[in-house]
Amino acid sequence: MSDTVTWTTPSEVEVAMTRTFNAPQALVFDAFTRPEHVVHWMLGPEGWTMPVCEIDLREGGAWHMVWRREDGREMAMSGKYLEVAPHSRTVQTESWGPGWPETVNTTEFTASGERTTVVHTVRFPSREARDRALETGMRDGATASYERLAEYLVAVVA
Amino acid sequence: MADDPLSITFAALADPTRRAILARLAEGPATVKELSEPFPMSGPAISKHLKVLERAGLISRGRDAQWRPCALDATPLREVSEWADGYRRFWDASYRRLDAYLERMKEQTDE
Repeated sequence: MSDTVTWTTPSEVEVAMTRTFNAPQALVFDAFTRPEHVVHWMLGPEGWTMPVCEIDLREGGAWHMVWRREDGREMAMSGKYLEVAPHSRTVQTESWGPGWPETVNTTEFTASGERTTVVHTVRFPSREARDRALETGMRDGATASYERLAEYLVAVVA
Repeated sequence: MADDPLSITFAALADPTRRAILARLAEGPATVKELSEPFPMSGPAISKHLKVLERAGLISRGRDAQWRPCALDATPLREVSEWADGYRRFWDASYRRLDAYLERMKEQTDE
C-alpha cells in the first residue's frame, strides 16, 4: 500500500525514507517544491501551520520555512539547493541554524505508471556533526534534527 | 563528550564493533570469549568495547569474576526509540496529508 513509509540506512551517516504516492511524477514534484503546495501538507502533526515558505528552486537558490504552533511557538529551517532536476531529483542542504549540523538531503522522484515513488535521503556531514547535534539537542529539547539523528541510530541498531 | 545518558548511548552506538556485539547479544547472553570469536581483535580490545557498552547501560554483566556473561539491556535503546518517534510522526502525518492534497491537485488538473 502507498500509505507506509519505509525507513532504511543506506550508509553509516544516512537515513532514507521511501514512500509511494498515488499521483503522477510532475504533480508530486510540484507538491514538494512549490510553496503554494508545500504549505498545505508539510506540517507534521495537527496544530501546526507554515506562515513562511520561500523556495528559490534553482542550483544555488536558497529556501526557508517557518512553522508555527497554535500557542505561538515557532521553528525555522533553511538551506540551499545544490541540484535541481525538474520532476526527478533535488539535492538541498538543510539546517536549523548556527550550531546545528547541516544535512544534505536528496529527494528522488520515480514514476511507476500513474504512481510516484519518493526516496528522501538525509546525510549527516560527519560523526562530529552528529555529536554536536546531540549536545545542542539535549539543551534545547527534542527538535526534529535531533529526532532525525535518533531515527538514524535506531535503524542502524535494529 | 557530554555526559547525559542519551549522549552516552549514542557514543556507545557509534562504533560498528559495539553494534555487532549488541546484535549478537540480542540473540542471548554470551561470554567474553564467545563475543570475541567473530572479531579480528584481542581480548583486551573487546573488553574495552564491553566497558563502553556497560557504562552506557546497554549491557549487564554477571558477577562471577571468572565467568562474566554479558546480556543485552535494551532500556536505553527504548528511550532513543521513543524520542525518534517524533520525527517519524512528522513525516507520517505530513505524507498522509499529502495523499489527500494530491487527490485535490489531480482533480484541479483534470478540470
